[in-house]
Amino acid sequence: MNMAAIPYWLLQILLIPALSPLFIGVTRRIKARFQNRRGASVFQPYRDFWKLFHKDEIISEDASWIFRVAPYLIFAVTLVIGASIPLVSTGLSNTLTGDLLVVVYLIALGTFFLALAGIDTGSAFGGFGSSREMMVAALTEGGLVLSLLTLALISKSANLTAISANIGSLSFPSFTPIILAFISFSIALLAETCRYPFDNPSTHLELTMIHEAMILEYSGKRLALMEWASANKYLIFIALGANLFFPRGIADSLELIPVILALAVFAGKASLFCIAIAVLESSIAKLRIFRLPDLLFTSFVISVIAIGLVN
Amino acid sequence: MLAVFAAGALGALLLRKHDAAANIWGNCMAIIGSGAGLLISGAALFHGTVPAFSVDSSLPLLAFSIRIDQLSAFFMLVISLVAFFCSIYALDYVRHYYGKYSIGMLGFFYNAFIASMIIVVTAQNALFFLVAWEVMALASYFLVIYERRETASIRAGSLYFIMTHAGTAFIMIAFLLMYRATGSFEFADFRDGMAAASPLVKNAIFISALIGFGVKAGVIPLHVWLPSAHPAAPSHVSALMSGVMIKTGIYMMVRIYLDILPGSYLWWGLALMIAGSISSLLGVLYALSEHDLKKLLAYHSIENVGIILLGLGSALVFSSFGMTSLAALGLAAALFHTMNHATFKALLFLGAGSVIAATHTRNIEKYGGLIRLMPQTAFFFLIGSMAISALPPLNGFFSEWLTFQALFQGVAGFDVVTKVIFILSIGSLALTGGLAAACFVKAFGITFLARPRSEQAERARETGMLPRVAMAALSLLIAGLGLFSGLVLRTLAKVTGSMANLRGVESADVAQFKSVSLQNGFGEVSMPALFIGIIVASAVVAAAVAVLTRKRRTETGPTWDCGSDLTPRMEITATGFSRSLITISRGVLRPSSDTEIEYHDASRYFPRTGTVTMGLHDIYQTFIYKPLHDLTTMLAAQVTKVQSGNINVYILYIFLTLIGLLFFMDLQS
Repeated sequence: MNMAAIPYWLLQILLIPALSPLFIGVTRRIKARFQNRRGASVFQPYRDFWKLFHKDEIISEDASWIFRVAPYLIFAVTLVIGASIPLVSTGLSNTLTGDLLVVVYLIALGTFFLALAGIDTGSAFGGFGSSREMMVAALTEGGLVLSLLTLALISKSANLTAISANIGSLSFPSFTPIILAFISFSIALLAETCRYPFDNPSTHLELTMIHEAMILEYSGKRLALMEWASANKYLIFIALGANLFFPRGIADSLELIPVILALAVFAGKASLFCIAIAVLESSIAKLRIFRLPDLLFTSFVISVIAIGLVN
Repeated sequence: MLAVFAAGALGALLLRKHDAAANIWGNCMAIIGSGAGLLISGAALFHGTVPAFSVDSSLPLLAFSIRIDQLSAFFMLVISLVAFFCSIYALDYVRHYYGKYSIGMLGFFYNAFIASMIIVVTAQNALFFLVAWEVMALASYFLVIYERRETASIRAGSLYFIMTHAGTAFIMIAFLLMYRATGSFEFADFRDGMAAASPLVKNAIFISALIGFGVKAGVIPLHVWLPSAHPAAPSHVSALMSGVMIKTGIYMMVRIYLDILPGSYLWWGLALMIAGSISSLLGVLYALSEHDLKKLLAYHSIENVGIILLGLGSALVFSSFGMTSLAALGLAAALFHTMNHATFKALLFLGAGSVIAATHTRNIEKYGGLIRLMPQTAFFFLIGSMAISALPPLNGFFSEWLTFQALFQGVAGFDVVTKVIFILSIGSLALTGGLAAACFVKAFGITFLARPRSEQAERARETGMLPRVAMAALSLLIAGLGLFSGLVLRTLAKVTGSMANLRGVESADVAQFKSVSLQNGFGEVSMPALFIGIIVASAVVAAAVAVLTRKRRTETGPTWDCGSDLTPRMEITATGFSRSLITISRGVLRPSSDTEIEYHDASRYFPRTGTVTMGLHDIYQTFIYKPLHDLTTMLAAQVTKVQSGNINVYILYIFLTLIGLLFFMDLQS
């Protein structure tokens, strides 16, 4: 690695945690508009995290070290994923951890500890949240792997950065499989980032919550880490959707001007994803939990068809 | 080395009057024996020497020939490794059987069991193999029924006994077919002679070997004995049975399909992949519904055998297309997973054994909060759980990654049927990974986290020193196999290259310590980078947060209870945790739920107690084994008509048979 690339690597690693609260804020703001409210500023999530880091913390006396360590580990895992995926330039090729399976299983690692932390305090809510989360996560994995595999087969590489570069350079993209895979991926995105119709990110109603139920016992700095990690995951999935399926605009070199341009394009694409998700969340109802597998199975079948169309 | 095991077995038998002496003698001999096994197999694997000896017996066709080639050495290494740590564990663990059951008998069968497994994977004569196979089956049968005052153990043992012998019958058919084609029982002669055999014979051998060894490996629907037999044995034996014994079935499949039978047909590989997909998916679903900790682990063995079969099946498919380097990749994935499963399954069974010894129950609903009472066991069990759930950066992730890569290579460029089977295998492997993670969140969470759910769990104490040493060593091994997976894979290339069908073929991967990649550049992963990445990132996050919040206090308080009195009864149960996933897959699993309500009076308005029993219908019993059993009984009833009990009639039978034979001879000549 040459020395000139180091600032860009720093950008790559810090981009996800730096921008993720912003996009959570954007999504919330758009949703508020749909509900005829003015909504909080898009920078509110940053203030929330700042506030939480400056509060004392209470931990359940039943909690073990798993509960204490989980937030750090989950947040760290999102950082590793953030460094492994294409964000602004395909010139930053990560061949060490950039494999699609590595990213999928790193996400599973975070989910595993999140679910354990949910059970750890012995609260009834946490246990049910973990049970639901593992159900959704287990069923999502098939569709997620196969939809990304569609792209890997088209671009003859399972490395995410290489996929981004190859899909972008297709003169006449084999459009149908990509679109089908994208539909399948979108369902997985909603499931993994705790969005409608799978989960309600702003509820604390025991009948419906999944993610919030698991982190119910957290407070102070660990709550901030958990929320922030969840925001990171949201932006990671948006970045995967934006840069793998629609890689136009991503820089292919490591020069200042193209990278800044690519950063602007990335922000624009990510905002479009936020708008789409906010519109979706404002216009549909949450599904009953036993209807969710139907949707996830649809995601699986669509990506099987997509792979069938790749030749 | 075998002499050491024999000494261990007989010595333990002689010392059976003194529990402690028998235990120490039996297990120390097992430790020395498996240590010697480690050295021999390691030498054979790394230096490429092929130790072999052969002693002719007075019986025709039977020769006591042993030859440790690379494949045998690999399996011998895995067996010795697991046996070594299990024996260390047993030194302390067996103590709680003192005075209850005969320790001498345990030592005898334990040593016989390990020795026979080692002979099974090194024997080069089919009859000698069958003798060893039978000793292994009998020794493990007696270990299953070791707790002989438990009726469940006896039942499990009987089922195992029947199933394993039905399997042996099919194995004999396979060997006899090969004998007919080659006129010898030596594996080397099989290898030379099978090229001339007709496709029909080869297919027949494939099917009988699949059924025969599939029973031992626990392939669904031949698995019925496994979930009841493995848990019934003492935990260190369960670890050996689940971690290693079922792999002898895998060993023989590799030996026959890729070494003895020249070339393979496409449908063989596809059949193995379908069997693997079904076993892995159903295995993990049954595990989810299980509340007996050891049974849950036993079902996961079925799942992992399924994953191994996916790798092996893809190897056969590639081999049938002549793509030998990809076949080597698929086989390497299968072998890597074989070794990984042996390590983490042994670790999990040993951990489960410690938990059971501390709480005296196998029911997962009675645990809870053990992480505070048994912190080290909990940590080791967590490592095992992460590895089996294929979470990076441990070894389970790497072998699943390799299996995935082999399957990915199969999606491109085959006909539609093959392609679809590959895609569905990938889907089932991905789904299996997710479900296994769900199952181990349940197993670890309900066992070790939250608050104790029973008095037994409150009284649990940390297990002894030796068991912890054994578990710590296995945990290190798991991490090491993950970290150094590139180097391990390079060693495995020697094994795959020694197969007759893949002789000298380079595997389709580039294995280095730094990273492992495919030659065509499709995939690449670096396990050291994952290790470093996760550890460094966690450390940086922890340090940054510590600096940022250095003035803040952390207090402990009660869990929020909504104003009620929070009791362990309000925690989620294992049944509740997995019920949603089971409800979703009700089409395959056929869950049952029996509601029983007792009423105070005849009015049926005031229930006194209500019990809901949730379980699964045993579909294999109902749809496969029950009809088979009925058919056998019916046939037997017909046959009894011949048996009149009158001696004159029997003499008549002999006479008629003789005349028949004479006619037959006449026709032949």
